[in-house]
Amino acid sequence: MNTAATSPVLAINGLSVSLPRGSDRTHAVSDITFSVAPGEILCVVGESGSGKSVTAQAVMGLLARELAADKGEILLEGENVLEATHARLRDLRGTRMAMIFQEPMTALNPVMTVGGQIAEVLEIHTDLSEVDRRQRVLQIMRHVHLPEPERLIDVYPHQISGGQRQRIMIAAALVLDPALLIADEPTTALDVTTQAQILKLIRELQERRGTGVLFITHDFGVVAEVAHRVVVMQSGKVVEIGSREEILRRPQSDYTRMLISSVPSLKPPARTPRTGTVALATEQLSKTYGGKGWLGRGRVVRAAESVDITVRRGETVGIVGESGSGKSTVARCIARLIEPTSGAIRIGNVDVAHLPERSLRPHRRHVQIVFQDPYRSLNPRRTVGASIIEGPVNFGLATADAVNRARRLMALVGLSPDALDRYPHQFSGGQRQRVAIARALAMEPQLLIADEPVSALDVSVQAQVLKLLDDVRQRFELAVLFITHDLRVAAQVCDRIAVMQRGVVVEQGPTAELFAAPKHEYTRALFEAAPGRHAGFGAAAAA
Amino acid sequence: MSIEALPADLAETAPAARKPSTWGIVVRNPSVIIGASIVIFLALIGLFAPLLGTIDPSEINPVFRNKKPGVERTIRADDGTERQFVHRFGTDTLGRDVYSRVVYGARVSLIIGITVAIISVSFGLVIGLVSGYIRWLDGIIMRFMDGLMSIPAILLAMGVVSLSRAGLVAVVVAIVIPDIPRVVRLVRAIVLSIREEPYVEAAITVGTPTPTLLVRHVLPNTIAPLIVQGTFICASAILIEAILSFLGIGIPPETPTWGNIMAEGRSLFRIYPHNIFYPGFCLAFAVLAINMLGDGLRDTLDPRFAKRV
Repeated sequence: MNTAATSPVLAINGLSVSLPRGSDRTHAVSDITFSVAPGEILCVVGESGSGKSVTAQAVMGLLARELAADKGEILLEGENVLEATHARLRDLRGTRMAMIFQEPMTALNPVMTVGGQIAEVLEIHTDLSEVDRRQRVLQIMRHVHLPEPERLIDVYPHQISGGQRQRIMIAAALVLDPALLIADEPTTALDVTTQAQILKLIRELQERRGTGVLFITHDFGVVAEVAHRVVVMQSGKVVEIGSREEILRRPQSDYTRMLISSVPSLKPPARTPRTGTVALATEQLSKTYGGKGWLGRGRVVRAAESVDITVRRGETVGIVGESGSGKSTVARCIARLIEPTSGAIRIGNVDVAHLPERSLRPHRRHVQIVFQDPYRSLNPRRTVGASIIEGPVNFGLATADAVNRARRLMALVGLSPDALDRYPHQFSGGQRQRVAIARALAMEPQLLIADEPVSALDVSVQAQVLKLLDDVRQRFELAVLFITHDLRVAAQVCDRIAVMQRGVVVEQGPTAELFAAPKHEYTRALFEAAPGRHAGFGAAAAA
Repeated sequence: MSIEALPADLAETAPAARKPSTWGIVVRNPSVIIGASIVIFLALIGLFAPLLGTIDPSEINPVFRNKKPGVERTIRADDGTERQFVHRFGTDTLGRDVYSRVVYGARVSLIIGITVAIISVSFGLVIGLVSGYIRWLDGIIMRFMDGLMSIPAILLAMGVVSLSRAGLVAVVVAIVIPDIPRVVRLVRAIVLSIREEPYVEAAITVGTPTPTLLVRHVLPNTIAPLIVQGTFICASAILIEAILSFLGIGIPPETPTWGNIMAEGRSLFRIYPHNIFYPGFCLAFAVLAINMLGDGLRDTLDPRFAKRV
């Protein structure tokens, strides 16, 4: 591609956006400069708080009212959008630049047909007749590879899948052939197989139409899949700009190196099989929802069907699957947050599957769970100390002893014991996840269920929390059941893996074997879809 | 172990400045300030009614029937001394002083409003918590509540009052019953969303007994919306009491309440509008103030209405 000769679609020169008083820093982004050439995909990559989304909003003229772009210029095909009037910005949006968002369900209007939402763009910006508009909508829907456009044009967003919704968003964004497409984490909310298709689509459309794409992501796998050039941002500043090869293979700054080495490798390390006593064994575990309804004609949903999983002491077993595969249902059954429909859950020698709450309580301490969202798993009204000692005190430990245990655990998870009387909002996401781990450990469990424990965290924090989980597993000879959708994480932490699809375990085996020779076609599809699988991330790449 | 939090991790820490105390926001809201001031003002009037230049509000004086505001009269006390008394708001058909009756009427209205709010919120809270958390009871309780809600509140209140002797207690009970289902629905909805929160599930997995769980983790989330709901109930209870009294089935007519005074004045209201005007004005003023207080509290306490800062 010849980017030097053509003038850029988008040029950001020395842009600074200030934050309101009382924020943790003065500028959301400060003095950033980069450009997007026609037909180029520029990935802006950074962790949360790096200012990447603010940059996108500034380009679209969608900055929140408290934020002000006070320095620099944003040139869209040579025109400074920071000085454009509201009316001019409205004209530019849709025709010259367009944006797609992370969550296609909330970005689409639920009471309008999907075709109507694409047609709306045409209605606002063109003089096409209704018949012509419909033709254009059908045409663009074919271009984004939506099956049966004639049928889908008249359906509502809830009637189609997440991937199809994102295709609709892309269709609406591209229908007027804008020069610039801004994609703000467009695949983060999607399953990995869907993500692969959407990334492919964006690449294909962009090549065919010569659109410049500003692609915002936190995922280096995605960067490796789509980027031509990469901008790395940290705390509102551009750390490094370079071609994909330069950034991924020869990163110059320490920060980029740290980020890339934090991405777990898809190559599982060698592991010795664990032979400890069996801590958890499920037998034919099933959970069915619905079925009874009025007059016994309700729809039956088999969330989990005949799941057999065994976890030994000191072993980490992963359950891998996409959303709706039933992996969380299995975890919640084992933690007995819900009662399974049938089957057995043996914790030690006891089958807890159908115990009533009263007789279940003594067994609760053996199984602890770490949740996905560290912002919601701690009661915001209680100090973290109160959260940690709650369990031990329930089981009769004196408060003073429980506090001592909590202090030891805080040190163990890498936090100051003096922070016990702070509230959750005073901690960052990674720190909260450490507190949640301390709370689980306070019960001295045999089995720790980690339900997507790192998927809400930034990649650098993710690596630390994974290391902490591994440390406590060894130290306490914990059995760990690790629920994840992320193959990279699974490859690094799991001794064995069970792959779930639509409530059924389709394949199960030692991690290295599974990654080397997946037997089931769904497992193969998952591996195929893993973004950046040829890029070779992780410690190996950084060395 | 060498797990040190990286600077990036620490930078994420929420700044302390972003969390001013809720109470601090509440007391700065203009609706709250105005509404609360008026309510306190009315409460003080009710409390110090005997000191505000009033006479016995149920003293009948046939000579001074139906006098317009501003009429003077000589009152002879038991020890023989005489003094001039001005009927500021005039007198009613039995010659009772309307000013004294309106001032004393504030007592009944506020007592009814506040007791009804406290009682219905307390009952509604307990029933709502049980209904939201204990699933098998939910259907039974909610169908019963639906039944209660399907009867018009005034009709239900009239029924309850006519079952017993008219009086303060009967009126309070009559207003509380139709209000409980509204509180139950509110609390149940909150419980249903909070029980799905991971921190509640975490409390279950560490073996927290259900009553403790409800009080410790679920209940605090209901407080703010209930305070708001309480003020609205208080306002509507004052109105319903006035309606019941106006219909002659509330507090016995010798006790001054705003509704009673208006009921008295109704027959002659074309000639002597003051009998309805003064209590009516106080009633509207009180309800407006309480609703303003409630609106202000809702804006500040209820996250769904909170303005983004």
